[in-house]
Amino acid sequence: MILVLLLVLPLAGGAAAWIAARRSPLAARWISLGALGLDLVLAASLWTRSPAEGSWLVRVDLSWIPELGIGFRLGVDGLSLLLIVLTLGLGILSVAASWTEIRERVGFFHFNLLWILAGILGVFLALDLVLFYFFWELMLVPMYFLIGIWGHERRIYAAIKFFLFTQASGLLMLVSILGLALAHRGATGELTFAYDALLGTDLEAGLARWLFLGFFVAFAVKLPAVPFHTWLPDAHTEAPTAGSVVLAGLLLKTGAYGLLRFGVPLFPTAARELAPVALILGAVGILYGGALAFAQTDLKRLVAYTSVAHLGFVLVGIFAWNRLALQGAVLQMICHGLSTGALFILVGAVQERLHTRDLDKLGGLWKRAPRMGAAATIFAMASLGLPGLGNFVAEILVLVGAFRVTPTWTAIAATGLVVATVYSLWIVQRAFHGPLEIPDEISFPDLGAREIAVFAVMTLALVWLGLYPQPVLETAREGLAAAETAVHAALPGELWP
Amino acid sequence: MTGTELVALIPLMVLAGAAVLVLLSVAWRRSHGVAAGIAALGFVAAGGLVPLARARGAVEVTMLLRTDGLHHLFTLILCAAGLVCALLARSYFRDGRVSGGIPAGEDASNGSQPGSTVGNQGAESGGSRSVPQPPEELYALLLMGTLGAAVLAGSVHFASLFLGLEILSVSLYGLVAYTRHRDRALEAGIKYLILAGASSAFLLFGVALVYAVSGRLDLAVLAELLGGPARGSLLAAAGLGLLFVAVGFKLALVPFHLWTPDVYQGAPAPATAFVASVSKAGIFALAVRLFLTGEAAAATGLLYPALAAVAVASMVLGNLLALLQEDLKRLLAYSSIAHLGYLLVALLAGGSLGLEGGIYYLVAYLVTILAAFGVVATTSTGDSEPSRLESYRGLFWHRPGLATVLTVALLSLAGIPLTAGFLGKLYVLAAGVGATRWVLTLTLALTSAVGLFYYLRVVVVMLTTTDEAPDLARTGILGGAVLTVLTLLLLGLGTWPPALIATIRAMVSFP
Repeated sequence: MILVLLLVLPLAGGAAAWIAARRSPLAARWISLGALGLDLVLAASLWTRSPAEGSWLVRVDLSWIPELGIGFRLGVDGLSLLLIVLTLGLGILSVAASWTEIRERVGFFHFNLLWILAGILGVFLALDLVLFYFFWELMLVPMYFLIGIWGHERRIYAAIKFFLFTQASGLLMLVSILGLALAHRGATGELTFAYDALLGTDLEAGLARWLFLGFFVAFAVKLPAVPFHTWLPDAHTEAPTAGSVVLAGLLLKTGAYGLLRFGVPLFPTAARELAPVALILGAVGILYGGALAFAQTDLKRLVAYTSVAHLGFVLVGIFAWNRLALQGAVLQMICHGLSTGALFILVGAVQERLHTRDLDKLGGLWKRAPRMGAAATIFAMASLGLPGLGNFVAEILVLVGAFRVTPTWTAIAATGLVVATVYSLWIVQRAFHGPLEIPDEISFPDLGAREIAVFAVMTLALVWLGLYPQPVLETAREGLAAAETAVHAALPGELWP
Repeated sequence: MTGTELVALIPLMVLAGAAVLVLLSVAWRRSHGVAAGIAALGFVAAGGLVPLARARGAVEVTMLLRTDGLHHLFTLILCAAGLVCALLARSYFRDGRVSGGIPAGEDASNGSQPGSTVGNQGAESGGSRSVPQPPEELYALLLMGTLGAAVLAGSVHFASLFLGLEILSVSLYGLVAYTRHRDRALEAGIKYLILAGASSAFLLFGVALVYAVSGRLDLAVLAELLGGPARGSLLAAAGLGLLFVAVGFKLALVPFHLWTPDVYQGAPAPATAFVASVSKAGIFALAVRLFLTGEAAAATGLLYPALAAVAVASMVLGNLLALLQEDLKRLLAYSSIAHLGYLLVALLAGGSLGLEGGIYYLVAYLVTILAAFGVVATTSTGDSEPSRLESYRGLFWHRPGLATVLTVALLSLAGIPLTAGFLGKLYVLAAGVGATRWVLTLTLALTSAVGLFYYLRVVVVMLTTTDEAPDLARTGILGGAVLTVLTLLLLGLGTWPPALIATIRAMVSFP
């Protein structure tokens, strides 16, 4: 039941924050912080458990719609636990980051934020395909509100684009889910959407290809893989800071998680067939995202495009499908969440002070705010993959793993590290060095205690992941091994790809 | 007629009796409350007596009607929908009467021209400036329309089919044009009268042709015509085609949909809700009987290409045209075309999933559409209806409760989780996939993504920040209660559907 509680806490916390905000906006902030903090403690307590059934730490199996074989099935293994902890951690940080930025409709804001987080948690927990889809869609509506109400200039456009992309691709996934379950019924006579039951369903090759494509499109849109990425820069740029953090740090990860947990294990043969294409898409994404990032003058848009590049590594890692690459992909998901989340919070802090994100109007900020400059430098270094910080370990693991599979495209992907260096240094150089662009009469206070605390936590986490990633890799190992086994059971003796 | 048959007909007789009672009470003394109360009691009693009739099992009442599980289920659904429409009407006409000052659906500049209204009414009331419209008779029409739909749901013979359809249609003429002093209502009423009359003529001619070929008038003949020796006959094909046109018109499927937006917009909101719910549900019950319960299961085979084309066209056109609307009622009208297309997918998919999915979707859709029109109805004042999208600008910040109801309804129409529409769509998609109707299924999936776009547009309008509150009437206690119940029902069906699924399974099963 601890898993149900894990979901209920943010849902109830969100509702309570909305109600409490009528009396005091501050109460709403503290309630959200409290609910997420409690949830984090709960999630952390799972870490100490040893696997009970197979690789699963805890499972819940409740009846929901038995008539259609849909159950309320949840489960946590190391892989999902890592992402859950990341979700709650970034959730707390985004509440903190919105402390002064959001001043209107504070209650409704926190309601939406917590419900998005609950939806994301649900995605990481669900072991029933309909339930998975349910949570997958559940987070869209509050995210739509978050962008549409508290976003910047072109928020409505961005919100609708985001919603349409994810919804259209999601419906294709739903069709695939139903196709899979009904094919399973055809083979066994039992209609069920349980993950374990559907794993290893014997599918005709043509059907499997189409069904996998439905899943792949949905996950590729979320991830995002080129060419499905066009919603991302708009949504990330127009969203309020907390929205960008949650989008980049967490929402994108649901796509990667979906591929890891559902896409590849459910359709191993089809995934193997598509792997060359996916690897190329990943490598292209790395370079294309990096190149576009470099071309931006809007600081937030720049950071948004770096996500396309970083998630390219995740895609390569997943479709290389060996131990090293998969571990790298998981680590990249976490490190990207931290480093990009931090950059978005930083951009948010600049915008809150200057009301602009235009790189041409920034410059020389180090003189006015040295602490902010230092923080920016750290996270830019993380983003470019400096050894000693988490992203480096992740990207190297992915590249080493992928090299066995496709040396050519791995080499091409590796040049992405150079591009990353260029745009990361570009951020620091344009915004923080050079002549001071802002006039003296505009006050530009340096980071306050709350902001320093936020960045300190993120820096420490990145350094820890860079120097000693072993605990994280250990945690993810069982879950990844289970996914690998499922695939290798279906493809005995065949080399991937 | 035996006692068993009488008992089987009790729900229908209660509806008919309540309609007469409303008229008698009006003749004795006009009272809005009494008329609405009788109607509400009539709906509740008719629905409440269904279990009594159900205890007798499936009964063939003469050769015209069969009161089986399908009939009982739809009688319950129809009575519930009728009850909601009656309560909405009570809320809509709560001032006792509708003054004829400003035509509905017009903006102020247009509507304040006195000439048009006076001209309209001058003809019939000797030049008086405004003729108040007493609302009491509306309830008799609601009861009768529901009776007609319930007859349709049980009909197994062309005679009862035609009777049910006409009882329903004639009530609708009156309902649509009820606020006749308003320009749009009269226009809508006449448009509906002419087109529905034409479609009835199509139906009769089709029946005549079928009779000429087969010499029979029971609905079972359809299956034989499609599968039997007369299959190739031109007369039979023409007859079936004409029947199809008549049904398609009532369901507002493309290309028989042209009346829908005008009628939805022009009719007073409770009547629109009635057209969208009870009228559609009655015909759908008939379609379910024809398609799925074995009497003409073969029909899907021969007619499949035509029906599939109609379904695809309805989904595509309905959703695309809805994109362009600036009026909430018109938008919902076009979206209803698309939703009927979705329902047709369930029917065409067939099988037990198609049957249950279709009915589940219908129930979800009815609750949703009643909630949506309920918002329009309960916020109307005596002389204006807030149907333009603009009237809802900033609703979220000034009337959060009302905005929540409309948002939940719109999200349910779009099929977003937590709402009934989501599970309905899941069910229908499952039926489509199960029957490997890929074209239909993918069309459904992709067009509903388009649909999302215009539902979100309404939400965006409600979210826009404005300084002044939207000019909407207070919902009142009754209206607020109805909207609350409908919203809770929407969320309930979306999160805990086993009860409804079990009910559907208990009453209807695929042969």
